[in-house]
Amino acid sequence: MRTVVRVAERVEETPSTVTLRFPYEAPAAPGQFVMVWVPGDDELPMSLSYVNGPRKGVTVKVMGATSRRIQQIGPGDLLGIRGPYGNRFDLSPRRILLVGGGSGAAVLAPAAEAARARGGEVSVALGATRSSELLFRERFSAMGARVEVATDDGSEGHHGFVTEVADRWIADAPFDVVWTCGPEVMMRKVLASAAGRSVPVFCSLERHMKCALGMCDACAFGPFHVCTDGPVFSAEQLTRAEDFGRFHRDASGRRVPL
Amino acid sequence: MADLGVECAGMRLGNPFLLASGIWGESGESLAGAVRAGAGGVITKSIGAEPRAGYPNPTIETYSEWGLLNAMGLPNPGIDEYPKEVAIALRAGAPVIGSVFAGDAAGFAELARRMAALGVAGLELNLSCPHAEGFGTEVGSEPRDVEEIVRTVVRSTRLPVIAKITPNTTDPAALARAAERGGAAAVSAINTLRALAINVRLRRPVLAHGLGGLSGRAIKPVGLACVWQIYEAVSIPVIGVGGIATAEDALEYVMAGARAVEVGTAIAFDGIAVFERLSRELSGLLDELGYARLEEAVGAAHPSKGNAAPASAGRGAISGAR
Repeated sequence: MRTVVRVAERVEETPSTVTLRFPYEAPAAPGQFVMVWVPGDDELPMSLSYVNGPRKGVTVKVMGATSRRIQQIGPGDLLGIRGPYGNRFDLSPRRILLVGGGSGAAVLAPAAEAARARGGEVSVALGATRSSELLFRERFSAMGARVEVATDDGSEGHHGFVTEVADRWIADAPFDVVWTCGPEVMMRKVLASAAGRSVPVFCSLERHMKCALGMCDACAFGPFHVCTDGPVFSAEQLTRAEDFGRFHRDASGRRVPL
Repeated sequence: MADLGVECAGMRLGNPFLLASGIWGESGESLAGAVRAGAGGVITKSIGAEPRAGYPNPTIETYSEWGLLNAMGLPNPGIDEYPKEVAIALRAGAPVIGSVFAGDAAGFAELARRMAALGVAGLELNLSCPHAEGFGTEVGSEPRDVEEIVRTVVRSTRLPVIAKITPNTTDPAALARAAERGGAAAVSAINTLRALAINVRLRRPVLAHGLGGLSGRAIKPVGLACVWQIYEAVSIPVIGVGGIATAEDALEYVMAGARAVEVGTAIAFDGIAVFERLSRELSGLLDELGYARLEEAVGAAHPSKGNAAPASAGRGAISGAR
């Protein structure tokens, strides 16, 4: 069953990213996602960027026709929501490194807030194409996290890949865990940096989804289903999924190179 | 421990629980995962001639315990892309049954031939998807069409051919008889029941396609009635499907006449571990009822079989009841 919600607030986070806040009572945890239905259009999986309390939120980047539709949605518009689905970040580690690329910060921000609330130390390597596209930078700073940014065009912070910042930090500082979300090529580099330094890494993944119930196989990913076994996967699990960083499946189930 | 092994449509199954078509069947690794989880065999997603995205979302509506409504729209990677998935699935060791759909007999035969070449153990013809224009129920509702499709496929392959029958008709048994005349090795019943959900706040159907198919516990009594009537009407094996979530559900189907059963929607509620649990519980249930072998219970509830008591049982209070 879906709950029809009325959008309460729309925030333009960056030129290409919008947050929608809406009342949704179901308890949720950082890492989980909801299925968001735009009536008359598609229904898409979206990680919750605000998980606490009755006012949830999702943060959307324009990628396809439906996310463009979602970007036009504002206060008063109706959405159908079901979920939350999927697993969550384990919040128990104390010293946490977050590596976020592009809209990947959307799922990392609530996880970082929850970790901070438990007294965790949070460091954030945040990457984007350019300065104006850095997502939730102020939100990370406001929670008392150490933040370093990287931009592809050098308009702010490190000129280059966020993974270069992450690699330096992982080499220098002892972290108990690394959480990362972003393009899979980026996450593969993060895994490579952590490999051999015995830091566990957890990646939040995205795949085409239909049922979100672990049934239809649309989000099949190696021996897993992203909707029920994920979306958060350990580095060890990812070694068992040949798909990771190589291909996803389109709506027909065909393998499409990433 | 009762023997759950069954012989069905020329296939030897270690247990009667088959992964139903449409569930976990797009990727070879998922099919293999279902085998590792304890499925006696797996049936692929229905594969067509071309890649097909299916309908846009929403493709599913959930109900708390009793079922699901879906209109996936036969998404599948197409027969050209599917060999690599079948190859992975076959490595798991259990029989893989290739499900195919087409708009006419020649199309079915061509897909059956290509699927057979991949090394599958049998073929299931999707004559019953209730929500895909030009396919499924639309080609499988008339006995003469079913007979022609089955006959054409049977001539094109040596593999056992299973016809999956729709319940969205007045006389499913007539369709099963047609499949038998066409040379089917077995019939499976039922596919989903045509159904609809409306969101009153949005004043529109929930599913993007509008009409869909209902599956899960709610449809078990309907499936049982179909299997019951089909068992009385044909002499080929019947595979029961529709709302099986417990060993007792499965044994109801077996006593109604099924030699094997398919499990689908239960996976959404209980996960893939449902296969291991179903086998364990069915074994215990058969022990309790005095059956040494599952096959002894096939059709046992039919008066025509004298409401057969277990061959191996004494006059227990349960087995002796009439």
